[in-house]
This record gives sequence, structure tokens and C-alpha cells, in this order.
Amino acid sequence: MTNLNTSGEELLAVRDLTVTFPTADGDVQAVRGVDYTLRRGEVLGIVGESGSGKSVSSLAVMGLLPKTARIQGSITFQGDELLGLSERKLMKIRGKKIAMIFQDPMTSLNPVYKVGFQLEEAILAHNDLSKDEARKRAVELLEIVGIPFPAKRIDQFPHEFSGGMRQRVVIAIAMANNPDVIIADEPTTALDVTVQAQVLESLRTAQQETGAAMVLITHDLGVVAGQADRVLVMYAGKPVEIGGVDDIYYNPRMPYTLGLLGSLPRLDADRAERLTPIQGSPPSLLSLPPGCPFMPRCPLAKELCAEQEPELVVTDTADHRAACHYSALLAGKQADDVFSASAEDAEMPEAYGAEIAGVTGDVSAPVIDLPKPNTKGSV
Amino acid sequence: MPSRVNTSAGDTLGTTAEQAARANREFTVRARSQRQIVARRFRQHKAAMASLVVFVLVVLFAFLGPLLWTTSPSFMSNDIFTAPSGSHPFGTDSNGIDLLSAVMKGTQSSLIIAVVVSVVATTVGAVYGAVSGFYGGWIDTVMMRIADLFLTFPIIAIAIMLDNRFQQEASSLWLLIGVLTALFWPGAARVIRAQVLSLKEKEFVEAARALGARDRRIIFRHLLPNTLGSIIVISTLTVAGTILTETALSFLGFGVQFPNTSLGLLVTTNQTAIEGGHPWLFYIPGVFIILIALTINFIGDGLRDAFDPQQTRVRA
Amino acid sequence: MLVYSVRRLLQSIPILVASTFVIFLMVASSVDPMTPYLTKKPPLSAAQLESLRIRFGLTKPLLQRYWDWLTGLVLHGTFGTSTQANFHIGQQLGYAMEVTLRLVVGTILIALILAVIVGVTTAVRQYSKLDYATTAVGFLFLSLPTFWFAVLLKEWAIQINESTGTHFFDTLWESSPNPPAGFLPQLGDAFQHMILPVVTLSLLSYAAWSRFQRASMLEVLGSDYMRLARAKGLSPLRVLFRHGLRNALIPLTTQVALDTAALLSGAVITETIYSWRGMGLFFISAIQLADPDSVMAWLLVTAVFVIVMNLIADLLYAVLDPRIRLA
Repeated sequence: MTNLNTSGEELLAVRDLTVTFPTADGDVQAVRGVDYTLRRGEVLGIVGESGSGKSVSSLAVMGLLPKTARIQGSITFQGDELLGLSERKLMKIRGKKIAMIFQDPMTSLNPVYKVGFQLEEAILAHNDLSKDEARKRAVELLEIVGIPFPAKRIDQFPHEFSGGMRQRVVIAIAMANNPDVIIADEPTTALDVTVQAQVLESLRTAQQETGAAMVLITHDLGVVAGQADRVLVMYAGKPVEIGGVDDIYYNPRMPYTLGLLGSLPRLDADRAERLTPIQGSPPSLLSLPPGCPFMPRCPLAKELCAEQEPELVVTDTADHRAACHYSALLAGKQADDVFSASAEDAEMPEAYGAEIAGVTGDVSAPVIDLPKPNTKGSV
Repeated sequence: MPSRVNTSAGDTLGTTAEQAARANREFTVRARSQRQIVARRFRQHKAAMASLVVFVLVVLFAFLGPLLWTTSPSFMSNDIFTAPSGSHPFGTDSNGIDLLSAVMKGTQSSLIIAVVVSVVATTVGAVYGAVSGFYGGWIDTVMMRIADLFLTFPIIAIAIMLDNRFQQEASSLWLLIGVLTALFWPGAARVIRAQVLSLKEKEFVEAARALGARDRRIIFRHLLPNTLGSIIVISTLTVAGTILTETALSFLGFGVQFPNTSLGLLVTTNQTAIEGGHPWLFYIPGVFIILIALTINFIGDGLRDAFDPQQTRVRA
Repeated sequence: MLVYSVRRLLQSIPILVASTFVIFLMVASSVDPMTPYLTKKPPLSAAQLESLRIRFGLTKPLLQRYWDWLTGLVLHGTFGTSTQANFHIGQQLGYAMEVTLRLVVGTILIALILAVIVGVTTAVRQYSKLDYATTAVGFLFLSLPTFWFAVLLKEWAIQINESTGTHFFDTLWESSPNPPAGFLPQLGDAFQHMILPVVTLSLLSYAAWSRFQRASMLEVLGSDYMRLARAKGLSPLRVLFRHGLRNALIPLTTQVALDTAALLSGAVITETIYSWRGMGLFFISAIQLADPDSVMAWLLVTAVFVIVMNLIADLLYAVLDPRIRLA
């Protein structure tokens, strides 16, 4: 899980991807320059709020954006350019080389066809098998993802499955043809927490069985921590930090990442701490002002931030890059070092477990010493 | 009070003034009331706007026209079958009646009937549908089956039958309105019921109940106002539907009767006008019917678009 | 599925029974067989009128009359006695129904096929010039008074016939007075007479259904399962038809069945203009000739037809959408 698999073959390379949507109110720049590479066997987690562009960039990879979208840049799969490819050629790649799992399992499956039909359809689209062989493989797949009584349930309709089960069917469809890349777009967002774990388990199985590289898109940092090798943090259509999962979690260098981590409730904290929320809301992508899009919400911001949008620059290691003019200042800091000014404004009743000076101790949270990973010798 | 934030991050946090200035940089969204949003979206629907203008003109024509064009629609002059000219812009028919004034009067009655039917049918239908949808269960089933009963019989048959019986009575116009209302209310009931069925699952209904609101209050204060968009659209389209149905009935002789007039009646009397060599007598009333129905349909479409929150028009 | 069907079937029965009662009441109050006799000159004597009343069964109490009619219908299979001479209600109604059914079925076929083609195409090519053009034309059809257009069409057909010297369009009656011998020629003759009425009647239905289909298709096109189907690597045509149309047709089939009653009304009007001897003529003459049993028979048959169509709509919906079967 924490293995930085940087030696595998490069499967997917996204370079300077921009996606713009024309709307009645103007052009919306959903994605403004995304770069990343995906190597065989690794799991890349893409994290961001709604509207950060994470889903759109993945839909661009699959060629599933609406015709009105204007896409620029380059997306190469095993060296071949995907953008501008004809529908016939894309057909051969979708479901076979690159597969996708969508967010809402309740609506992802066609309600009028049996689950088995939809699974076999995926298999038969890319393989010359007989109906029986396809059905056998379908039952196999259902078993792998953990559907009980697969031979019986294969003839049922989607509405006879629960949400978590449906998502597992979708995972089965995705892994049906042993793809090289699986893109999972917020696979657990629409599900209960307990079901989430099961689905993530199925996802992990899928990845292991097929040996595929995975792009895991989510806004849930907890999900990413358990699954990803590398993490890409997106904000307002651009990546703002990228690096190994440990780097991102223990040594974040962009205020937004810091804020995200700080707003996670932690069960393992010693005492009650206030969450440090990031005040404000994401900017409108209709007309972004110049400079860093995070500036209005950033406690570190200065004039430079309003003038110039920061580029992704290397921080400690070549793999870890952050887009912030002052990323060096963030080394070793925790969320509440930077954001507690905002947390202060949020009034919390004392009964919630906050500590009151003179009664239970000081409120300002101490620096929690986490073991620093040994980064010696890493490439 | 908690102590001031530590400045271990250097003095990059800035003063409160700087922070405030930064906060202002965020976008401020102008709050628009729902009415303004709906009106704005309606204005963007070009066909609907144009139709609104034309429709208003037609209404003015029908109701203010006779004040300017004082020829009586029942005055039989000696000019029979004259083509459109200065003294008779729409010509005259076989009885020497000036078609312009006849069309004005016919449009008046058709419009009045249509509006009355629409208002009554939509109101009755909406309340009926809301009550039925709200209570659900067997009440809903029974109520909807009763509504279906109204739709089981072809309206033409009912109209013909009732009209035959009550012909020549003074109340025939009200009977016509009644029959037409009976035709259109179940449609409204169905649509509103469907909406209420989905609305009543929403939390605000539960909240209202938790606060002790009575059923009647929930239906009239909470549910129905949320269906206002549909109600407006339905009532608009009902006007169009009524115009077409009423003119059809009048054409068959079972709708508006003499001495009242209707555009449909005008079409009947001038059925053979084309082969008789005076096509305007046939075309003009028909064109008016089409004009009214078309403009109302476009307006209804514009309203539907304006009230629909999920409309996104992307011009590629 | 079977349970659902049976349940729906059973639910239809009370409606049918209620319909018979409503029919009887409506007719009993508005169609009086005594009408032609009350205005006869010289006026009939009280005794003559009374014997007529007895003959028409008007002296019996209302409920008794209803029961007699109903039992006659259910137990003896008779629609009653017509006041028109030599008029077997069942048989005449049968003829009239067959004629009208030609019009209704023809209209549904043409309007439906066109509506699906246009609806799907304009949904796929939303906001294109084709979309705007067909929408405008559709609105026109929706606003067109059927009776007015029927007369117009008839005129044009006559003019075309005259100018080309042929008899291509038959504008009168549902078939020629001396029809050609043989099944196929007769069929051809019937078709020739059907062209104008079907065109007239189908315009309105086509316009309404194509808009409906377009909206339905648009909704389907934006759905998640369509996206997943594409992501599976299926061909665009397969996605469009197997996944898209398959779902988009469901609401329309229900709508078509429900629109049948309105279609009957339109058929009555259209028949009148083209002088077809179908249900329209049957009904209007029954009313004018004060023939209550015929009127009741007509209303009953149309009610049954509409109820059956509603039933078919529900069953079809359940067949096409497996989620409904649980309801």
C-alpha cells in the first residue's frame, strides 16, 4: 500500500489537460491544466471537493464528455493518443483496456435488463465467446466481487439488489475484461459507511485480480489513505499537490491539503480538538480571477498570491510537488497551526468537549508528534 | 477565551484587516427571488415572448375591437359574399354579415369559455389531485378511478348527448362550460397528484407535521404552492385545449349555439366557401383558431421551461 | 407478473360496473324515445302515448330498467331493442366499429412510428436546426383544429383530383359504393379511402407523441446507465437502441393507450367530414332518432374499449419495466 511503485510501465499519461464547457452564462473552465502519470499496478487517488474537476478529467480519459466540451492537451494510453480518437477506436479501448466505475450505483445499471445480461454484454463486446461461456465467466465475476449465490442472482434485476451490491456488480463489469486501468469515480460516496468498506474490499480484489492500475477519485481522505499509493489533490480545476500518500498525509505543503486534513475528525486524537474548517466556498469556475484560486480562503495569502497562480514545484522530493508560493513555510506544520484563526471564529459550545483555560487546560492544541517516515534513499 | 493563534507560521497570516479584504474577494452572489428567475428565463424563450405579444394583440382585437369597429355581427347587409375590402376588411358571408365583427365576437366567446374552463378545471383538478396524492392508499385509488371514469367516455359523445337534451335552453352555454371542465380536470388532477406523491416524501412535510400542522394546512400551505409551476403550465395549455375542443363541438353544432357565435360555428357555416369561390370565409376563422391555440401553446411551453429548474441550454 | 395482471384485471371490473350505471343514468336522462311522438301533428292521444311509454319500458322504475338492461346484456347477450326499424343493434354496431377501427388503428400506427422516429432523432440532435424545425411544425399541428384541416384537405384533394384528372383521393365514405371484387382490390380500395382521414387524424397525435418521446428520450440520454453502457465499450447504435430506446419507449406506450379515448373523439369528428359510416354516424343518428338502447350500446362499447386500453397500458408497462411488477 505504501509501496511507491515507480518502476512499473507507464500506462496512462495526462499532459496539460484542459476542459471547458460553454454554458448560458459563459465558459466554465472545469479543468485547467492537469498532469499526471499512472504506472502499472499503482493506485492513484485524486482528491478534491465537488467542482474541483476530478470527475471531468477522468471522463475525458474515457471520451465520455458531452460533445459541447472543449478539450485540449494530451492523454496517452500506452503511448497512443486518446484525444481526438474516433468513436470506433475508442469503443475498443473502453471496457477492455480502460474501465470505469461510476458514483451512483442506484442509477448506473439499466433497470430493465437482468444483471447477468448487462455483465455478459460487457464480456461479449470484447471477446468472442459463446453465450454459455460468457455466462460462466459472469457468475465467476460475481463470485469474485463477493455477491452471494451468484448463480441465482445473475438472473435478477438491479432493483432486487441493494446499493452496495449494485456497486459490486458495476465493479464486476469493470473488471470483466481484465483492463489495464480502472477508473473509480467516487465509488463509495453514495453508500453508507459500513457498506463502503465492503465495496472498497471488492475494489481491492478487482485490482489484485486484474493487476490493473487504478485511479480512485473521491473527496473522502479516509478512503484514499487506505487504498492509494499516490495522491493528487485538485482545487478549482487544477492539481495543487501531488505526491506519495505518506508525503501528502504527513507532510502536506499546500494550505488546502493541510485544511482538508485538518477538517477530518480523528478518532485517535487524545482529547477533544476543534475541527479546523476551511472558511468560505470554492470559487466559481465561470470567471476565475488571476492568482491562486485558493487565495480567498487561505490564511497564508499575500499580494503575490493574488497576482500569480503558483505552479506545481518540487518540495522535498522529486515526487512530491505542491502549488503554493509559500509551501516551504508549511514544512512540519499541522492544520491547526495554520487554520486555527478560522476555527476560532466558529463558536462551539463548551459542552462539546472543548477545553477551557483554567478549568480543563489550554485550548490551543499542542503539536502532535507523528513519526516522520524515513525518506532516505527513496527515489 | 481561547488565546490568540500562535504565529509559528510567521507573520504571513496578516492582520484582520487584510483577512477581511481577502474575504471580500470571494464572489458575492446576487440573490434573486424565484419570480425574477422565472421571469428572466421566460424572457429568454423567444417564441414564447413573441407569442405573448401576439396573444395580447388578439385579446385586444377581440375585446376592444368592437368598440372601434362598430358594425354589428348580426346585421345582415345587402352585400353578400363580398371579398375583403375597405368597408368589410374580412368580407361578408352569405347573409351579408360582416366577417370582421363576427370573428371578433366569436373570438370573444371562445376566449371567455376557454379561460373560465381552464381556471375551474385546473383549480378543481389540482385540489383533487393534491388531496388524492396526499392521502394515498385506498383513498387515492378510489379517487383516481373516479377521475378515470370521466376520461372513459369520449367527450364528443357526452357533449352531443347533453346538448341534444338541453338544446335551446338558456343554460346551454353553462352546460358547455360544464362539459368542457369535466373533460379537462382529470388531466390536471393526474399531474398534480404525481407531483404531490413525490413532494410528500420530502422532509419539509415531515417537519410541518412534527410542528402539528393539520392535513389541510399541509396540502394548501405547503404542497400546492410547490406545484404552482405545474398549475400555471397546465392552466395555460388547458386554454389551448379548450379552444380546440369547443370550436370542434361548435362545428358539429353541439357547442355554442345561435345567437351566440364561435369561431367553430363560423367554420361550419362557411364549410363550402372554398369551392364556392370565397375562400376567405373559410380561411380566416380557421387561421384565428390556429393563431390563438399556437400562441397559447408557445406561451405554455415558455412557462414550462421557465419553471423547470433543471433546464440547461448549452449552445454548442 | 401473473398476480399483477390478475389484480389489474379485477380492479377493472368495478370500473366497468360503475360505467354501466353512469351510462344508464346519462342516457335515461337525456335520450327520450318519446321525443318524436310528442311533437307529432296531429297530437297523439293520452292513451296512445301511454301505450308507447309501456312499450318503451318507461313506466318501470329507474333501477328496474337498469337491471333489465344489465341482465339482458350479461345473461342474454343483447343490447336491447332499437327504436329504429329493422335495426339490430349488435350487428350495426359491429359494422360501425369495424369501420372506425380502420381509422383508429391506421392513425395509431402512422402517428406512433413517425413520433418515435422524430422524437428519437430530435433528442439525439438536440438544438439542431432539424430539432427547431420539427418542434415548430409540431406546435403547428398541435394547434390545428382537426375539423377545419379535414375540410381543407378534402378541398385540396378534390382540386388535385380534378387537375390531374385522376381519382387518386377518395374523399367520400370509407369505401366505394361498388367496391371491386376480391380481397386485395377491396383492401386497396379501403386504403385509398383511408389516406385523407388518417392523415388528418394522425397529425395531432403525432405532434403530441413526438414531443413526449423527445422528452422521454432526452431524460434517458442523460442517465447514468447510458454512460455506463458507453463505458463498457458498446457501439453507439447498440447503446442508443438497446439501452436508450428500450427505456424511452416505456412512457410512450402507456401514453398511447391512455390517449385512445381522445382519439375516438377525434375519429368521430373526422368521420363526419369524410362521411364515413362508422361509430360517429351511428352515435349521432341514434341521438337524433332518440334511440336510447343504441346510445347505451355505443357508450358501453367505447367504455369497454377505453378500459381495455388502459389495462393494456398498465400491463405493457409492467412487461417493459420490471420494477413495476412488484407494485
